[in-house]
Amino acid sequence: MALRTEPIVLNIGPQHPSTHGVFRMRVTFDGEVIVGLDPVFGYLHRGFDKLAESRTYTQFIPLTDRLDYLASMSNNFAYCLAVERLAGIEVPERAEYIRVIMAEAMRISSHLMAVGFFLNDCGASVYTPLIYMYREREKLLDLFDMVSGQRLTYNYMRIGGVSHDLPPEFLPALRKFVQEMPAFIDEYDQLLAENEVLLARTKGVGILPRELAINASASGPVLRASGVEWDLRKKDPYSIYARFAFDIPTAETGDSYDRYWVRMQEMRQSVRILEQALAQLPEGPVRAEVPHLVRPPRGEVYSRIEAPKGELGFYIVSDGSVAPYRLHVRGPSFINLTALREMCLGWKLADAIAILGSLDIVMGEVDR
Amino acid sequence: MSSPARGPALRPDEAPREDCPGEPGPEEGALTRHLSGAEVAAEVQSALPGVGVKGEGGTLWVEARDLLPVARYLKDEASLAMDCLANFTAVDYLDHFEVVYHLLSLQHNHSLVLKVRLEGREGLGVPSVTPLWKGADLQEREVYDLLGIAFSGHPNLKRILTWEGFPGHALRKDFV
Repeated sequence: MALRTEPIVLNIGPQHPSTHGVFRMRVTFDGEVIVGLDPVFGYLHRGFDKLAESRTYTQFIPLTDRLDYLASMSNNFAYCLAVERLAGIEVPERAEYIRVIMAEAMRISSHLMAVGFFLNDCGASVYTPLIYMYREREKLLDLFDMVSGQRLTYNYMRIGGVSHDLPPEFLPALRKFVQEMPAFIDEYDQLLAENEVLLARTKGVGILPRELAINASASGPVLRASGVEWDLRKKDPYSIYARFAFDIPTAETGDSYDRYWVRMQEMRQSVRILEQALAQLPEGPVRAEVPHLVRPPRGEVYSRIEAPKGELGFYIVSDGSVAPYRLHVRGPSFINLTALREMCLGWKLADAIAILGSLDIVMGEVDR
Repeated sequence: MSSPARGPALRPDEAPREDCPGEPGPEEGALTRHLSGAEVAAEVQSALPGVGVKGEGGTLWVEARDLLPVARYLKDEASLAMDCLANFTAVDYLDHFEVVYHLLSLQHNHSLVLKVRLEGREGLGVPSVTPLWKGADLQEREVYDLLGIAFSGHPNLKRILTWEGFPGHALRKDFV
């Protein structure tokens, strides 16, 4: 006689250490196997789009820090770039280089956290990999501290450039970091790339097939791990990215391991870009002459950058006044959640935690 | 229902590549091409006679009733191949709303803005494009939640950033 069973619905989160912020998954199980998953969020919704409508263009910059708060300068960058495109503002050469340096340092810092927390979620060993990653991130935070006085929400970029020039101690410290970092990435690879726990927990788990990744608008490392060679720094180069030589790391299967692997390789590429930017950094002003109240002409723009987590876009409609008429943030963390259900079906609870970890979401950007 | 087989296997290309032949040198790399709305409109009209489309700058305007066939054509026609809905949102212009689709073709590296104009403020709705692009799923729910536009055919049209029972739609211009 067949055993009579019934599905069980389990709430994971919103207060749970492995949901990366206030995020809830409503999961339906048949026995131990996931047969349904519904992501629930909005707990951190602050209404960015609405807030922008009552602030001047410059006043909105500190708010962008609070989107993906593990890569706040990338958000500054994306937003300032959108406003500059809308208003037709040229950025001085040196400021472009400083922005690229910050964006790539930010990418390394964000990926360190992504990989560290991911290994934590896999139970590779409680907190050890994360503490290793914090070691290098700390040096980057010191660098960001030098230019902005902050460690998390930097508010460093401005429309038309950056707020200050680099302090004298910045470049030597960054050079030291760039020299040392490849050896540290080697060390991570040595510790992790063939780590038994990591392989067993992630190889073949949570596969996002190529077609689904594109159709579900996935972007960033999540898309590239599924075998799509797509990086806006190469495919739609903004700022001065066309001047640098680097590769787009891609993987084939699109499992959780590939997403981890792509991030590790991207850190190496970011170090390469930093090396080149340091060698080419010109002298000169760091900010264009921009009026205090920027009034872009009537019109609209959709401007996007390759943020650490994927395509970060700003859609801004201007009515010619000092505040945006409408502003919409396309957060990569938010849209990368679209395929979470498909990735988790057929797996078990502990796998769902690892799959979510491999997506690398930040709730500030999901809920906005 | 059982889990797929799993087992440790190392990638052959595990070691980082030190030098990379064939990479584009400095000052190379093409930009994403923005298609002209008028050209695409002419193409759509010749393929699907009678649909309400109009090109204007980089934008293709489409009537709400013709949205699905036009969107399907943009996605399936090999020369357009809009395989990805990169961004989706809507704007409140007080007397009308605009629904904005930023379409992207990863295959051809070109993009197009598709827009639908909705008159009035109440009972607004357009067909859901989730059957074509799964990426519309969460984004349409967000627009439904914050701007009050319904998407017929959406599999799970519920509020997403605010809670069930939230009064009104927060991104409308008359919401204060």
